[in-house]
Amino acid sequence: MLIGIPRALLYYKYIDAWETFFKTLGQDIVISPPTTKKILKLGTEVAENEICMPVKVFYGHVMYLKDKVDALFIPRVVSVEKKAFTCPKFLGLPDMIKAEDGLPPIISPTINYKLGRAQYYKTIFELGRQFTNNNFKITQAYFKALGVQVEHTRISAKKEKEFINLIKDKAKSKNLKIGIAGHPYNIHDEFISMHLVKRLKQKGVELITAESTNPANIKNGAKILDKDLFWTYEKEVIGAASYWLQKKLVDGIIYIIAFPCGPDSILQVILENISKKLGKVPLMSLVLDEHSGEAGLITRVEAFIDQLKYRKAAQSG
Amino acid sequence: MRITAPQMGSLEYMLEDLAVRLGVEYVPPPQTTLKTIELGVKNSPEFACLPLKITIGNFIQALEAGSELLIMAGGCGPCRFGYYAEVQKILLENLGYKFEMIIIEPPGAHPIQFVRAFKKLGRNMSIKQIYNAIKISFKKAQAFDFIEKKMLEIRPFEIDKGSAYKNYVKAREILRNTKNDDEIEESKKTGFKIIESTPCDFGRNVLRVGLVGEFYILLEPIMNFDIEKWLGENGVLVERSVYTSDWIGSSKNNPVAGISNEKLLQEAKPYLSHFVGGEGVITIGHIAHFAKNNYDGVIHLFPFTCMPETIAKSIIPKVSRELSIPVLSITIDEQTGKTGIVTRLEAMIDLMLSKRGAKKESLCAVS
Repeated sequence: MLIGIPRALLYYKYIDAWETFFKTLGQDIVISPPTTKKILKLGTEVAENEICMPVKVFYGHVMYLKDKVDALFIPRVVSVEKKAFTCPKFLGLPDMIKAEDGLPPIISPTINYKLGRAQYYKTIFELGRQFTNNNFKITQAYFKALGVQVEHTRISAKKEKEFINLIKDKAKSKNLKIGIAGHPYNIHDEFISMHLVKRLKQKGVELITAESTNPANIKNGAKILDKDLFWTYEKEVIGAASYWLQKKLVDGIIYIIAFPCGPDSILQVILENISKKLGKVPLMSLVLDEHSGEAGLITRVEAFIDQLKYRKAAQSG
Repeated sequence: MRITAPQMGSLEYMLEDLAVRLGVEYVPPPQTTLKTIELGVKNSPEFACLPLKITIGNFIQALEAGSELLIMAGGCGPCRFGYYAEVQKILLENLGYKFEMIIIEPPGAHPIQFVRAFKKLGRNMSIKQIYNAIKISFKKAQAFDFIEKKMLEIRPFEIDKGSAYKNYVKAREILRNTKNDDEIEESKKTGFKIIESTPCDFGRNVLRVGLVGEFYILLEPIMNFDIEKWLGENGVLVERSVYTSDWIGSSKNNPVAGISNEKLLQEAKPYLSHFVGGEGVITIGHIAHFAKNNYDGVIHLFPFTCMPETIAKSIIPKVSRELSIPVLSITIDEQTGKTGIVTRLEAMIDLMLSKRGAKKESLCAVS
């Protein structure tokens, strides 16, 4: 079976594990190409106009794939830890997509940790049985995929170490260090973030994101909150940023928000409050939508970098 | 210590009753006006949902008027509402206000915090006394909702415009002064009688419309431009999907609105098969329920950027098409004006009439 996976939203977190799982079960997968203006347009044509931009992009990828595949993989990720949800949009995503006409069958297992381990494994087996009756093969595919996901954790811990070594390195310690906070599907989708990562690297800025921070440290960082956040992915955003601030790893933070993200509207207030509490590191929130112009973004980023440079020079001199 | 809580429909009457029982001084914030909205919008994050902005406005005005203790509901997600209190605390502290805040978490998910919050309010009372106080105040809240529902049923038939509402206010004032169980029961009956005594012409041909969406917008008449009144006075019988006590209540049976959440989830299942926070599934379930009961149409109200209702809105076209029921979705934000809404409502009424095959003249209340 040829399974289509849209290159949007949770793709940026779990694609390696998904790919391993399906390939081990002998299925072929197609991933839509990186987002382009055309793909976004395909999305905005069908999506509800008030929905957030990353979901519109997701619609675009679905529309791109729909005639090219036998089925689409759109999991319903309700909860990935016992006491928290994901964003409500992930809870309703398969139903929203199904409301469109002319789509191939949609494979949408419901991942809900709140229902306990037994239910979780049951979901995995139900998913696997759509392709094979061999339970051993499904188990094998699951553990292979799990291994890939765990490997991710190890890699991000390693990347963090590299970043910390870099700070200690005398020659490179003069470089600006910026943390990029926000959802991975905004930061790493070059169309949405308008090549922000590439642009900053070209200017000789050293970058850290939540994906290159040790998950254990992110968890500790999130303890700063008075009331535990009930969104897992958003807790990671706050946890990573407050960890960078506590350990003084960065000279500034750029916070990427896609309009009109519900959780981000709340997070913005909390993050600004945390950065005020934990030393005076400049924080810039960049709100992006499908009408954002590149020139505006470049100007603001350049101004922010200049500000950080002056501060750094003043502090060291 | 002066205590306050945000404005929301008939919530203030329940809190007023509960405050007397707990022995605290409750002062509702000044009535929500354009000034409140302006204050809230100015001091809130740009694309936070409207209820957050308005409640911030309520709190600022209450603090200016001398309140010292704020009461706010908590929650456990995934809708933003559950984190409102935390954000309000940060925003108001940054504005330089000195206050204390008590967050009432849902008793099911956070039983200890729930009890602790009420122990703080009723300092000298035992848990049992507090429980009884809440129980009787809640009963009163239900009584308020029942008479309001009765008024909604009568309004499109009234002969003099506004007479049903006047009688409802009379009934409400009688209910406000009740103290114990028997009195509440008694004045509920009196209230029904007063509202039923409104001169009516029941021979009128009226449209039946369901009103669904996000609870705050539905329950606060200032937020929905008193859409129920406009519809009622223009020959439309309105069935509202949520009442204040149904929203507060822990029972999933919705005694005032009359349909259990379980049934609504069942109705929603072919279109939206999972809980999405807030009233997302409930909205879809209600639309399906109204369609199957031959309602003429549904009006869907929600604040701009509301996550659960935006999900519902993405799915509504499919429900509307398959069950052939017209649905008008209206997004409300701080820029929304009444005229735009009235124009759309008029168009909706025309559409529902033509669907029925009736002529406009047959609806004599339509002017």
